[in-house]
Amino acid sequence: MLQDKDRIFKNLYGLHSWRLKAARARGAWDGTKAMIEKGHEAIIEEVKASGSRGRGGAGFPTGLKWSFMPTKSDGRPNYLVVNADESEPGTCKDRDIMRHDPQLLIEGAFLASFAMRAHVSYIYIRGEFIREREILQAAIDEAYDAKLIGKNNVNGWDFDLYLHHGAGAYICGEETALLESLEGKKGQPRLKPPFPANVGLYGAPTTVNNVETIAVVPDILRRGATWFSSLGRPNNTGTKLFCLSGHVNKPCNVEEEMGIPLRELIDHYAGGVRGGWDNLLAVIPGGSSVPCIPASECSDLPMDFDSLKALKTGLGTAAVIVMDNSTDIIRAIARLSYFYKHESCGQCTPCREGTGWMWRVLERMAKGQAEKGEIDMLLSVSYQVEGHTICALGDAAAWPVQGLIRHFRHVIEQRIDEQALKPIAPSVPVAAE
Amino acid sequence: MSVRRLAAEQPEGFAFTPENLEWAKAQIAKYPEGRQASAVLPLMWRAQEQMGGWLPEPALRYVADMLAMAYIRVYEIATFYTMFNLAPVGRYYVQVCGTTPCWLRGANEIKDTCRKLIGEPGHVTADGLFSWTEVECLGACVNAPMAQINKDYYEDLTPESMARILKDMKAGRRVEPGPQDGRQASAPAGGPITLTDPELYKDETPDADRDAAGPALTDDEAKRPGKAANVREAAVPKPPLGKGRKPRPR
Repeated sequence: MLQDKDRIFKNLYGLHSWRLKAARARGAWDGTKAMIEKGHEAIIEEVKASGSRGRGGAGFPTGLKWSFMPTKSDGRPNYLVVNADESEPGTCKDRDIMRHDPQLLIEGAFLASFAMRAHVSYIYIRGEFIREREILQAAIDEAYDAKLIGKNNVNGWDFDLYLHHGAGAYICGEETALLESLEGKKGQPRLKPPFPANVGLYGAPTTVNNVETIAVVPDILRRGATWFSSLGRPNNTGTKLFCLSGHVNKPCNVEEEMGIPLRELIDHYAGGVRGGWDNLLAVIPGGSSVPCIPASECSDLPMDFDSLKALKTGLGTAAVIVMDNSTDIIRAIARLSYFYKHESCGQCTPCREGTGWMWRVLERMAKGQAEKGEIDMLLSVSYQVEGHTICALGDAAAWPVQGLIRHFRHVIEQRIDEQALKPIAPSVPVAAE
Repeated sequence: MSVRRLAAEQPEGFAFTPENLEWAKAQIAKYPEGRQASAVLPLMWRAQEQMGGWLPEPALRYVADMLAMAYIRVYEIATFYTMFNLAPVGRYYVQVCGTTPCWLRGANEIKDTCRKLIGEPGHVTADGLFSWTEVECLGACVNAPMAQINKDYYEDLTPESMARILKDMKAGRRVEPGPQDGRQASAPAGGPITLTDPELYKDETPDADRDAAGPALTDDEAKRPGKAANVREAAVPKPPLGKGRKPRPR
């Protein structure tokens, strides 16, 4: 179990001040100049050595991603864009970083920008986070006033950080949709290649990183890559913010080591499953986009990228949604399907039509008003959506449905059987007038 | 996707107040030369705030002119992004999260409470105070169920606390945002069991700024209807640099 001294987000719960003075007392902006003096490559190598993987869902190695950025400019500037468009159902970790520990994010953006030779960075925060935006902007202003960032700052790398906000579109959390939105367009994802590291924001080389990925960078550099990689498991290093929601006694956010057993997370930090561990029905381990797993697979499960991938699910954003035996699992997944139908950008036909189609079928299945043959048809449609769209929203819409059918086909069949046994309501004769 | 259309009844015109115009220029200065279209979302949002919570069609054209964008580009943004209300809303605009993590913890009961006390989604009460709608995940899942009312999140709701909040707002009483069951932010109920080592905070001094950590620091435009929107100012495609502290990129 992680000790307090190894936690990066020391003000996760907002019990202390978010302001610069207090953040510095907790260790932010300590020795930043010395880190810069080591040079661009040294920082990238250190982040590579730490084994840090992106915290936004895909788990791509951070240092490797940074190394894709051009080292010599062809006249275009390099940009860092921080993805603070946190909207994955179940996930609420970046919000706590931005409202309670914003200086870690600002320092991280500064260091990452330096590593990638960017003088300008944008933070794209979701539109609904209005209070978080106010605090983050105030924190950026404080950093400017203290000459920590800006032109001719004390750290010796000219750096401008701007806060930009969205207006309520889940799809803008996809990196190229985010860039489109930042350019003042509808948030519709771009085809890749070209990848953002070649053609990104305003056609210039750009790296898009999640808030948590960026906010852990200062601590990795301050405490060293070996400290970070000593936590967690091989290839799944470091600490991670877990969001424990749903049917637990005490839902909460907590920072823990990667690879912590799911049961320990739920029992120790979230006060256990409502009604006890035996009352557990299923868990969605990484935000709504990953397939659910039944209770039978949860008892001895390490929470990291590779272990969850082996179970055909994923760590995603590490947002654990717990469902106990009282849950109508078909309705729970149908509600997610509605979410994806609502949030599809409409660009690719399989996703635009498929998300609505899957939602309507699931709504009928929740009532038992379906044929058993439709279960396989639904599965087949989900495979026709998956992998046939520009961005991963199509996959994200298909996976929960596939998880449901993989593990809870018997529930759907049982409901159809029960419905078939119900007497058909007698039709009331109506006079022809 | 959701189908969204502009309202049938629209006001005559729209123009930013002088303060908002000043603010808009500072926003545009955040983006490189020729990329002023980037400021479209913040400007539309400010226009919506000025209009008391919705975006009329003249405001869309006003923003488009200001940023030298084709009208259709702004229209399509208005219908794409769901935070833009295309018809008037109540002074207290309640957005109840209905996505699965909130649904699991009773979002349906919160919706029922709103239906009972306010009416159907989209309906504005006769006194103009309230309207509500169901929205998708607002990103406060460990504090479910929750609702956003104007700028603030109200978390860990029960039907009773939701009814109390609406009643207090109707009576003009201040309602404390955040968790309604006395919890500290996203910490577990009963208090944090991590981050309890005083060693971590030994360098912190009692912070005088603590009280100032409340809401509304830089963006504090109260939500109120704008003045008669009949003053039309000339479009400003690219104003000069602001105070000089934050120069343009590049």
